[in-house]
Amino acid sequence: MDGRRLEENFFKGLMILSSLVIFFSLVLILADILIKGLPAMNWAMITQSPKGGFYMGKQGGVLNAIVGSSVLAGGATVISFLLSLPVVLYLNVYLKRNSRFGAFIRFSLDVLWGIPSIVYGAFGFTLMLMFGLQASLLAGIIAVSLLIFPIMSRAMDEVVKMVPVELLETSYSLGATRLESGLKVVLRQALPGILTSVLIAFGRGIGDAASVIFTAGFSDYISFSLFRPVATLPLAIFYQLGTPFPEVQNRAYASSLILTMIIVLISVVTRVITRRFRGYIVK
Amino acid sequence: MNRLLKDKLAGKSMMVLTGLSGLLLFVMIAALYAKSRPILALKPISQLLLGTSWGPSRGEFGFLPFIAGTLWVTGAAVIIAVPLCLLTSIYLSEYCPRWLKEWAKPPIDLLAGIPSVVYGVWGVVVVVPIIKDRIGPWFGSFTTGYSVLAGGIVLAIMIFPVIIHISLEVLSAVKFETREVSLALGATKWQTVKFVVLRKALPGILAAVVLGLSRAFGETMAVLMVTGNVARLPRSVFDPAYTLPALIANNYGEMLSIPLYDSALLLASLILLLVTLVFNILSQLVLSRLERRTV
Repeated sequence: MDGRRLEENFFKGLMILSSLVIFFSLVLILADILIKGLPAMNWAMITQSPKGGFYMGKQGGVLNAIVGSSVLAGGATVISFLLSLPVVLYLNVYLKRNSRFGAFIRFSLDVLWGIPSIVYGAFGFTLMLMFGLQASLLAGIIAVSLLIFPIMSRAMDEVVKMVPVELLETSYSLGATRLESGLKVVLRQALPGILTSVLIAFGRGIGDAASVIFTAGFSDYISFSLFRPVATLPLAIFYQLGTPFPEVQNRAYASSLILTMIIVLISVVTRVITRRFRGYIVK
Repeated sequence: MNRLLKDKLAGKSMMVLTGLSGLLLFVMIAALYAKSRPILALKPISQLLLGTSWGPSRGEFGFLPFIAGTLWVTGAAVIIAVPLCLLTSIYLSEYCPRWLKEWAKPPIDLLAGIPSVVYGVWGVVVVVPIIKDRIGPWFGSFTTGYSVLAGGIVLAIMIFPVIIHISLEVLSAVKFETREVSLALGATKWQTVKFVVLRKALPGILAAVVLGLSRAFGETMAVLMVTGNVARLPRSVFDPAYTLPALIANNYGEMLSIPLYDSALLLASLILLLVTLVFNILSQLVLSRLERRTV
């Protein structure tokens, strides 16, 4: 009898211990980034472009990378949304619930989700060569939108799937077509979830380095041209940390802090949206 | 009539888009294969995969050090992550109060959202020095800290959310009645977990582990920053390693100036794609079967 209780307590202790280890690894990462990043933070970091190049530059900031990353991830999010929306509507409104084709598409999107981002980078690079493009904002947007398309569409799909069938049937019985019901009823009902999916995909896009390393290149200047290389925040961090100068390495910590803050902000906004809009949903 | 026509047209064009998205995977495989043909035509695949010398300028493309490096780092990550994640998932799903379970989800999501470069920075600043100054000397081996172990630790933390998230879903899909039957027969909670819940959830948990493994396998930036990148077969966890994704990311600059180099690197991405593809297909099959059973 006592042996069983001993075993129970032993494993329970082990479980609590490992939960704490996992929880504290998150706390530790955030704390370390904060401790290392805060002393190197200043206004210039977020309001100026680097002076003297990213490699040697000890002055100025990473505004070029912040703007570049936002434009790149923003563009990719828009493209990926324009692709995801029709796919998700087709899967959930036009197809029958147990359609084979739908199951295949969902399966292949799930599999695409698991493909490493460096592979999207390499694929984007081959596309780039095929179309004779240079490393540029456009090539970066293409690679990142391919990367976040499966994430966004599957996340949206899960939300749209939750819309009750009765709602759709009510809309049909009033004489609405599938397109009208899809756009005006289903989408409105799933709007908060769709917003969160878009934000999650944007967050993934802004933080990814491996897919843009070949395709977007790097630049010390702010540029909005689709055909010029563009700086991204993750790559700026990578290059800054790779220099032998401690001053520049410190800037990498500050840049990591900025990137982490952006991600935390996105995560908070996502939560607020889900909580805030819960009341507006017909259930 | 106009509305019906619009409905039909929209339906058709959406179908085309959906079909295209299903083709994307095949297009990627085909494009990478086409680009790696030149090197596959010149060298037998066994020589490429099992060759140990890497010298693109001499025309030597042996991928074995990189494949071994990837396996070492991924293995280390999985060994560290799996016990911790399993115990945590069981605790969150079976033992802890409901409010704690709800509170635990946002931090796990946040952990999943942190970009890999930030993990890399953290690895360089925290993990590498600890291995160099504490763990390495403790085991009596000299190490720079940039090692398989550093990569394993950083990767383990990165795959925590993947494994925990899916394991929690799998565990919650085990019917409550099954647990009640076991408890009613006089089993303790841990016995119930061990003999009933885990046995039921095993395929799903395996799928979760394989998905985590596949994530670790393809992870690039964080690993690139902490493993030292030396193209040699690692002999211990304190040796540096060079992984396939790191190889691709590190050499994009020079690959167009040396013949066959670009082909070799795109072959490396094809290998990555195919391996993660197999892992993902297997685990998704298991998971979708589980889902169908519980619905």
